[in-house]
Amino acid sequence: MAGAAVPGRLGGRLRWHAAELLERRAESATAATLVFAVPGWPGHLAGQHVDVRLTAEDGYSTQRSYSIASASGGERVELTVQLVADGEVSPYLTDDMMPGDRVEFRGPVGGWFVWRPERPEPVLLVAGGSGIVPLMSMIRTRREAGSRVPFRLVYSVRSPDDRLYARELGRESPGLDVTHVYTRRAPDGRGRPPGRLTPDDLVRHGWPADFEPDCFVCGPTGFVEKAAAYLVLLGHASGKVRTERFGPSGG
Amino acid sequence: MAIPDDQRDDFTDGNAIAGPLAEIFAVDVTAAGSRCAHCGRTGPVAELRVYGRAPGFVARCPGCDHVVLRLVRSRDAVWLDMRGTVSLSIPVD
Repeated sequence: MAGAAVPGRLGGRLRWHAAELLERRAESATAATLVFAVPGWPGHLAGQHVDVRLTAEDGYSTQRSYSIASASGGERVELTVQLVADGEVSPYLTDDMMPGDRVEFRGPVGGWFVWRPERPEPVLLVAGGSGIVPLMSMIRTRREAGSRVPFRLVYSVRSPDDRLYARELGRESPGLDVTHVYTRRAPDGRGRPPGRLTPDDLVRHGWPADFEPDCFVCGPTGFVEKAAAYLVLLGHASGKVRTERFGPSGG
Repeated sequence: MAIPDDQRDDFTDGNAIAGPLAEIFAVDVTAAGSRCAHCGRTGPVAELRVYGRAPGFVARCPGCDHVVLRLVRSRDAVWLDMRGTVSLSIPVD
């Protein structure tokens, strides 16, 4: 492997792992879920991400960080990647990479934006666009753990066509309430007119602040700044509102 | 188009430097609390505003915008400039 991470590091916790693509499935017109087999992968917590490194035949390599979409545990790791049209890495992952092809994974990384099944507090998840990905890992981890912790998801997307995991989130799931907030186009006949997330959406579909829920907000930076500010405005302690921002996407 | 308030998106946050930091620290530093040398604000490294992308990052205080830490990955070294941090409080079990 080119440029091994840290020579002499004790324990080798952060070495690069070969990751082989097993399958890819479309999640929307511009997003795909990639299922990787990663032998020796140490497992992950819900909400963590992974650094992905691609190396070309001429030795040029580049890396990106992606949130893990699958539930905690195991050597099978799913990433959901949003295509960035002029991006360098995402078009390869969403379109060109074939089952059997390999990239390298390093991680999992990040210990702040994580949910652990042993937490008893109710959970509010607020997603903007592809910010749903690490929150989906939390939802799946809750389900796999058989947790009864009540979850509410408020998921902001432009239109019904832009929803990720639509089928899975559409299924009845005890203790999980899902609300979609459509910003550009809502399904016909729905009550809420299209528009950006408002504090009222969080009042209607979140938890009252005195329930002291753990809040996780993930999405584009502008979305996260607003949603987190609304939650604090509604009385949630800022220390209970954990955030993860996608900035200008490097694709 | 996006309303003007939504244009403030030229940064990410400390979660984005979890990987580079994990290369050099044995514990996850993004969950550590840092105290800003300029304004005294404390908060997790994960909530710092992070500008730039690999191989160079600048993390600023969300309260006063002063530089808290800088990190640059070269081919054979990681440079970490922490002059904007008074202290790091690292959770341990």
